[in-house]
Amino acid sequence: MPGQKIWDPIRPARTPRDPFQGESPWAKVEHLVILIPVFLTISTTGTDQRPATDLGFLLHKHPEKAQSFSTAHGLAHVFYPEATAERCTAALLLEVDPIALVRRGRGAKGRGGSPDFALAQYVNDRPYAASSLLAVAMSAVFKSAMKGDCKNRPELAAVPQPLTIELPAVPAKGGAELVRRLFEPLGWLVEADPLPLDPAFPEWGDSRYVGLRLTGTLRLAEALSQLYVLLPVLDDAKHYWVAPDEVDKLLARGEGWLAEHPERQLIVRRYFSRRWSLARTANERLELARLAEADDREPEELDNAVPEETATAEGEPEEPKPTPLAVRRRAAIVERLREAGAKRVLDLGCGEAALVAELLKDRTFTEIVGVEVSARALAIAARRLRLDRMNERQAARVKLLQGALTYTDARLTGYDAAVLAEVIEHVDEERLPALEYAVFGAARPGVVVVTTPNVEYNVRWESLPAGHVRHGDHRFEWDRAQFRAWAERTAETYGYAVGLGPVGDEDPEVGPPTQLAAFTRTDDTTTPKGA
Amino acid sequence: MTDTEARSKRTLAVPDLSLVVLVGTTGSGKSSFAARQFLPTQVVSSDVCRGLVSDDPNDQAATGDAFDVLHYIAGKRLAAGRITVVDATNVQQESRRKLVELAREHDVLPVAIVLDLPPQLCAERNSRKPDRAHFPPRVLQRQQSELRRSLRHLEREGFRKVHVLRSEAEVDAAEVVYEKRYNDLRHLTGPFDVIGDIHGCRSELVTLLGRLGYAVTCDADGRAVDAAHPDGRTAVFVGDLVDRGPDTPGVLRLVMGMVAAGHALCVPGNHENKLGRALAGRKVTVSHGLKESLDQLAAEPPEFVAQVREFIDGLVSHYLLDDGRLVVCHAGLPEKYHGRTSGRVRSHALYGDTTGETDEYGLPVRYPWAEEYRGQALVVYGHTPTPVASFLNNTICLDTGCVFGGKMTALRYPERELVEVDAEQVWYEPVRPLISDAPGAREGRPLALTDVAGKRIVETRHHGRVAVREENAAAALEVMSRFAIDPRLLAYLPPTMAPVATSQREGYLEHPDEAFAAYRADGVRRVVCEEKHMGSRAVVLVCRDAEGSAGEKRFGVPTGGQIWTRTGRAFLDDVTVPGVPVEHGEHGEHGEPGGHGSHGAVTRAVLDRLRAAAESAGLFAELDSDWLLLDTELLPWSLKAEGLLRRQYAAVGAASGAALGAARAALAAASRRGVDGLDVAELSERQAARAADAAAFTEAYRRYCWTVEGLDSVRLAPFQLLAAEGANLAVLPHDRHLAWIDRLVDADVSPLLRPTRRLVVDTEDPESCAAGAAWWEELTARGGEGMVVKPMASLVRSEAGGGRLVQRGVKVRGREYLRIIYGPDYTRPEHLTRLRSRALGHKRSLALREYALGVEALDRLAAGEPLWRVHEAVFAVLALESEPVDPRL
Repeated sequence: MPGQKIWDPIRPARTPRDPFQGESPWAKVEHLVILIPVFLTISTTGTDQRPATDLGFLLHKHPEKAQSFSTAHGLAHVFYPEATAERCTAALLLEVDPIALVRRGRGAKGRGGSPDFALAQYVNDRPYAASSLLAVAMSAVFKSAMKGDCKNRPELAAVPQPLTIELPAVPAKGGAELVRRLFEPLGWLVEADPLPLDPAFPEWGDSRYVGLRLTGTLRLAEALSQLYVLLPVLDDAKHYWVAPDEVDKLLARGEGWLAEHPERQLIVRRYFSRRWSLARTANERLELARLAEADDREPEELDNAVPEETATAEGEPEEPKPTPLAVRRRAAIVERLREAGAKRVLDLGCGEAALVAELLKDRTFTEIVGVEVSARALAIAARRLRLDRMNERQAARVKLLQGALTYTDARLTGYDAAVLAEVIEHVDEERLPALEYAVFGAARPGVVVVTTPNVEYNVRWESLPAGHVRHGDHRFEWDRAQFRAWAERTAETYGYAVGLGPVGDEDPEVGPPTQLAAFTRTDDTTTPKGA
Repeated sequence: MTDTEARSKRTLAVPDLSLVVLVGTTGSGKSSFAARQFLPTQVVSSDVCRGLVSDDPNDQAATGDAFDVLHYIAGKRLAAGRITVVDATNVQQESRRKLVELAREHDVLPVAIVLDLPPQLCAERNSRKPDRAHFPPRVLQRQQSELRRSLRHLEREGFRKVHVLRSEAEVDAAEVVYEKRYNDLRHLTGPFDVIGDIHGCRSELVTLLGRLGYAVTCDADGRAVDAAHPDGRTAVFVGDLVDRGPDTPGVLRLVMGMVAAGHALCVPGNHENKLGRALAGRKVTVSHGLKESLDQLAAEPPEFVAQVREFIDGLVSHYLLDDGRLVVCHAGLPEKYHGRTSGRVRSHALYGDTTGETDEYGLPVRYPWAEEYRGQALVVYGHTPTPVASFLNNTICLDTGCVFGGKMTALRYPERELVEVDAEQVWYEPVRPLISDAPGAREGRPLALTDVAGKRIVETRHHGRVAVREENAAAALEVMSRFAIDPRLLAYLPPTMAPVATSQREGYLEHPDEAFAAYRADGVRRVVCEEKHMGSRAVVLVCRDAEGSAGEKRFGVPTGGQIWTRTGRAFLDDVTVPGVPVEHGEHGEHGEPGGHGSHGAVTRAVLDRLRAAAESAGLFAELDSDWLLLDTELLPWSLKAEGLLRRQYAAVGAASGAALGAARAALAAASRRGVDGLDVAELSERQAARAADAAAFTEAYRRYCWTVEGLDSVRLAPFQLLAAEGANLAVLPHDRHLAWIDRLVDADVSPLLRPTRRLVVDTEDPESCAAGAAWWEELTARGGEGMVVKPMASLVRSEAGGGRLVQRGVKVRGREYLRIIYGPDYTRPEHLTRLRSRALGHKRSLALREYALGVEALDRLAAGEPLWRVHEAVFAVLALESEPVDPRL
């Protein structure tokens, strides 16, 4: 099964019993947990011959009893609001203890109670709808039902039942539309109504929660398995945890329906991205996350130097990577560097080091320095370049530095060339003079290659809404005249000659998608200059 | 040398910063000599270094590595300005050459002390040492002959002083005596009047001295020969007394007289240097006004010219004054050369740092060393004529081109006042126009990455050294460089504030009683309780004119002001307010950038209203300032935090309501049916309580949100004036602040400004404390976020706490408000009990450190310190904000 291969790489080395022990990310990241209550009902209809109360046999829970079960993160209550031959409804109410959840995280590795340890790992979290906890609770409370075991009435378990499943508040990234895409192919009639955020502020619109009602005739075990897998996928919460051993269960639960599901890719990708973000959060972004918090912002708003792994629009096929334009841009840059005879090159704002990797392939570049302000981008760059495993000769050619281009940086002086590839548009226009001084005035490389989008071309991007920039972080996008004016003024101020050129196919009307300027220092002064 | 001389004590003079090279064969007693004369840590021994790298002090195979280590240690010591003694044979010229190079590299003088003892004595000593006994005699013989050959060359090799000791008796009688370097006048504390380039403008000099308060003495011929200040001030001349101007001899006569009388100090300029060489008969190109000097001196008697020669000859390249806080030289000097002694330092001091290039006028291109200067000492220099003398990074150039028809300028130190005299006429036509712009000036006095990056220690006046860890600096760098406003405007970031100690009172996590008790314990009686506005923190810089000339003048940015968030982001740039037209940026015809809101239009609109209020309240006039920096809260919270509210708070409310509604209905149905087992009634009750909590949660955040329909629904609640020109106001008592704020709010004709309610409490008076608590209850019952309790006196130290800084305030948040922080049902007893074990220590420490840094930034701003110094402290606040601390506190 192809799914097997997809899951394999994420299988953890250790599979502790308790998700809050050992490797649990709860131990690494203390979450501020504001829990949405978790509530679910399963109803079926019947007749006197086939009474609806048979649901009790299937669930292994007596319809005349209300019961509580202790699960890993709180109490799960099962009771039947109605239980007649015509109609029977089982309700599952999960009372998660948020404080215990946090404290358990703190207690990992025998360091419980040490506030310093816990706080050192702190990062704030989004409200946590506990879809994964519901999945875990379901698997505990309805274990046999989910497996399709039914000791007393085995024939019932094998037969599809008329079922109605209701969840009054389900987090659904992608909205009602995605809920339908996930459940309808499985044979459900889906009613999904978005919950408004706050009636007092109608302008805020709908929340990402929907009231969900699924109606269909399915085997109960199948229905439960689908919920078990799809509820967390719908949630797509960033910092959300499935215990390592749940991975295996998830595989098992997907059997028989996941492989044929038309949204299989999305389901798989969301699962992957969740795991990925989790690791990332735990290791790389805490300081930034705290600064975002101080400003009432999402960490993603600050830490946006690396594109999200997931496609932004649901269901949209991911853009093939690397895009041809990015490849052509790098080729154009490398060509300019070769023409200039540059050997020691700075890639200023190197991001994940795609250009650095390209330059490394060419022995004429004897020293390549990638400079980037985003610590996360640098970490990914180092990983991609495999810096730690590079042989000494190769390693001696490449260096990655954290630096910010609005500050002068003595480490960057004396190079043959510098590249600012798709960088300047990420700097506020008011701050550009500082960058110009730092690069052209202070670092003063012999050659500077700058690329930036040509805003005129935006009308040719079909997917780009009119008037929008190509990247949320672009502070400006220039047309050809603006870029030329900037380039000429900068060259004039700092003693460079400049030539401009296109990158990508030039449109007769709006020009190329990317514009490039190659600056060549005209005097021999390598010392700071300007004004 | 006779025996008698040898027996008497002999002093070996050694400059107090030098590289002392001991020279002598094995067994000559270098190590014992060094041990007697120097501290053990001052001596770097080749034997020890051999041992360090090879475990055997005599392992000759390790010599190469051992000397690498020796040079490395010696280099580190010299770089740090510590005298260093090299204990090695050093009999070979090659090994000495490396040491002389090392000394030059660190701009210190190399000194040789030679132990030239009889070979028999050395051999006999070696034989007594078991580890040296096996040395073949020829080794010693070879060393001996090498030493002999060396003796004559030592001075030529570059050793500034050479002391040779020829017998055991001489060695025993020798005593190393440190001598001060010529440039070290740190014991002179002034006050000083530093005077810029004169170039023969005697008349202007006399006028300037008069203006500075000096009484000029004239000789029988009416020529000025001395000038003294009645308060005993000392004049310091930065050089270039001569050339170009009308009366070089007159200037020299006066300055030489003042120096001789002890009324002045003088460092040489490049023009003195060249004149000196010309007078010594050396061949020089007579240019740049030298001819005028030579012609004028030709009319003087030869004795005078001889005195001039002697005077120029004796000038010291630069001076360290006032305990090292002031450095005077002609052409500027980077910090690493301060107090150093080498040809390079001298030439730097005289000619400045040049790039080796020449400009279109054929003049040398100067390296902008002052841009990079980060030293503590004020460097006062001349050399480069500029139209106006101004401070840059704690340096100032006083050459204002008097001889070219500009001005002659003096700096009063420590007052840091400039005193000027206009040139009487253009005495000499300049080759090129005076340079007005230093490099980078327009680009914003470039900050260097090394000003902020990496692990750092920031010295604060009120809380000592505050450390910033590397990872926190890295995060701050990302935010500062990518999202923050121009650092020239970003003079302050608000420190975090700790909450009050946790209350044990039933139903409460925070209560005012603990705040009053804590301040009482710190000996603070009068505290002010200020209403906490629930919006978003905003620091506001408002300049007196909207057009930007005041902003340009003080901050170098033509702006009417700026409003920024806790992390230095432009507050309102990505906010749109209905009715405020969206404008494009300055350069702005470009495409509509996504998410970039109003492009400052809302900011400008808010600043206009605030400016009008401040003007009409007379605050600019009263504080004699063209700008004000204020700490404020901008409301509603939803204006900035709408995204957060929608994603987090409202979503929690909506989903909780829906889920709990359904759960309660189901429980009610089950209860009606009557089921066994579990107590459904109890479960039902619990869900009802949770539903009530969820509703209270929604109610809590709703109070801080309203729909902004136009500028009139935006509120700004200023609660403190932070700074004005030349003044750090943040350290003033809060009653003064509140009085200013009240005037400001009263003067506002728009609905923008919101007053801050307050109550003064006496922490020693139980009734007053009770009133404070009641006031808080009332405030929070009506939906208020809570209050901040601050010492009335603002900056306070605790006597009980050994003089440590007292928290500038603690917040006491309302019971309902805390639902937003701790979750809807935090008030349930089982939750509250556990939440009470929150740890406050780190938050408090962080609050204190950030407070000290904030005050430090304002102090530095008020003192007119360089941008990098202000930015360093502000950046550190941002970095500390990324430290791990429970954000619910």
